[in-house]
Amino acid sequence: MTIRIGNGAGFWGDNLDAPRRLVESSRLDYLTLEYLAELTLSILARLREKDPTAGYAHDFLPVLKSLVPALKSQPQLKIVTNAGGMNPASCAMAAAAILREAGLGDTVIGVVSGDDLLPRMAELQAAGCPLENLDDGRPLAELKQPIVSANAYLGAQPIAEALAHGARIVITGRVADASLTVGPAVHEFRWSWDEWNKLAGASVAGHLIECGAQATGGYFSDWQPLDLTHVGYPIAELESDGSSTITKPEGSGGAVTRDTVRLQLLYEIGNPRCYLTPDVNCDFTTVRVVEAGPDRVRVEHATGAAASSLYKVSLAYRDGFMADGRLLVYGADCAAKARECARIIWAKLRQAGYEYDRSHVELLGAGAGLPGLHAAPPAGLREVVLRLAVHDARREAVERFTREFAPLATSGPAGLAGYTQARGEVRPVFAYWPTLVPAELLRPSVDVSRAEELR
Amino acid sequence: MNADRAKPTRVGDLALARSGDKGNHANIGVIARDAAAYERLLRDLTIERVLEYFAPLGVVDGVRFEVPLVEGLNFLLFDALGGGASRSLRIDTQGKLLGTALMEMEL
Repeated sequence: MTIRIGNGAGFWGDNLDAPRRLVESSRLDYLTLEYLAELTLSILARLREKDPTAGYAHDFLPVLKSLVPALKSQPQLKIVTNAGGMNPASCAMAAAAILREAGLGDTVIGVVSGDDLLPRMAELQAAGCPLENLDDGRPLAELKQPIVSANAYLGAQPIAEALAHGARIVITGRVADASLTVGPAVHEFRWSWDEWNKLAGASVAGHLIECGAQATGGYFSDWQPLDLTHVGYPIAELESDGSSTITKPEGSGGAVTRDTVRLQLLYEIGNPRCYLTPDVNCDFTTVRVVEAGPDRVRVEHATGAAASSLYKVSLAYRDGFMADGRLLVYGADCAAKARECARIIWAKLRQAGYEYDRSHVELLGAGAGLPGLHAAPPAGLREVVLRLAVHDARREAVERFTREFAPLATSGPAGLAGYTQARGEVRPVFAYWPTLVPAELLRPSVDVSRAEELR
Repeated sequence: MNADRAKPTRVGDLALARSGDKGNHANIGVIARDAAAYERLLRDLTIERVLEYFAPLGVVDGVRFEVPLVEGLNFLLFDALGGGASRSLRIDTQGKLLGTALMEMEL
């Protein structure tokens, strides 16, 4: 038995048509949709503050609408997504409305929650859990700024439980990305939760497909021969022993090769011997990656050990405000002129009484994408984008910064353009506080209901 | 093997790379184009060389992990993102360019 799991979204903002194309061009048992980057939840938490029915990745709704024909014609197809973000219940309500309207009111939706620890911060600390910052060891009690969001990374168990209760669509908040794949695998193959090598194999497959097209030729250095316009999103064909074949829909663009898979294996990982999820502690160094045909790559021999009894928590706190602004500076003297513009802007702000906690100048096009890596602007440079950015605790100081670009249109040197778009918006900064919480203090919950009941 | 010492080799001639963020740390996954290239990378693409290369970005510490079965190296560069993906004032808040930059490094 093989189960085919495709991933149609690698982050909130990924291509809206990709999930539909994926299920239309390939028969899948499961479609996963991954929407939550490290700090996405803090953005969603703010949306929920303003509107208690908001706070989920609403990209999922037009995507779900586009998947209705496939849900009707492919009875085997199930969807597992972390689109629920800070508000899985509201996300499920909105999804249910779409399904009812499409005549799919009998669809069973599973909602996984319990990852949101914001209401439990005091209780957890009182229970002797210091929520120390993993990077610098400070206990959370030392944090002065207000916390915006705190979410534990749940594992695959509540997902498998929702599937066992008949859910066709599983909507979660924060879960480990790989668990979106591990949940269906455990449900289908009836693995037990201590078959570490199998769980590791499914986790590797999940890790490989969770960033969408990055497994299939997207964001690949040797990009020239690839058709990325029609790039196919990744599919993992999982076997009951935990091994998998990574592939993509026939006729789609991009490529699945040993290189695209090896590169994605090492993407955003730390120690490859301990890729930790709530399900299993995976060792990537035992994994073999072998080409098995055109756009087919076998991934075998993942090994794993018991998962940690501590769950990772990603906590975000308010940390002032940021803004950036940009101007196009043209001419043979563009680099010098751009630096002068920056000097003028900082001087005007100082005159007005503003100094900033942090500030930054980049001359984009002159090698400043990575500041300092290239010593001098290249010869023959004709234009450069001046980009300035500030970070400060005071909103009004950052607001004032955004006003200093437009005046250069008439009072700065000649050869500037783009000042109508120069003024960046002031946005709140959410800083990241990675921490751990003992598994026994978490209370993951699973609610399963038919779409017609979710009103 | 003396010829490759005479002529500078770009890391990109020997390997592919992709980078991303882990909190305020950056990772750069590097995979060798073949077994011989992996031997060369093991020898020459040391953590010290990589830290020296990225020093202008304020990177001072990091670690190299070896993944021999996929001819891979994983570099974890600590505090490489100018305050972390959410606080970085750079255009490249997540260190996405570091992999491409590493491929341009000469050995």
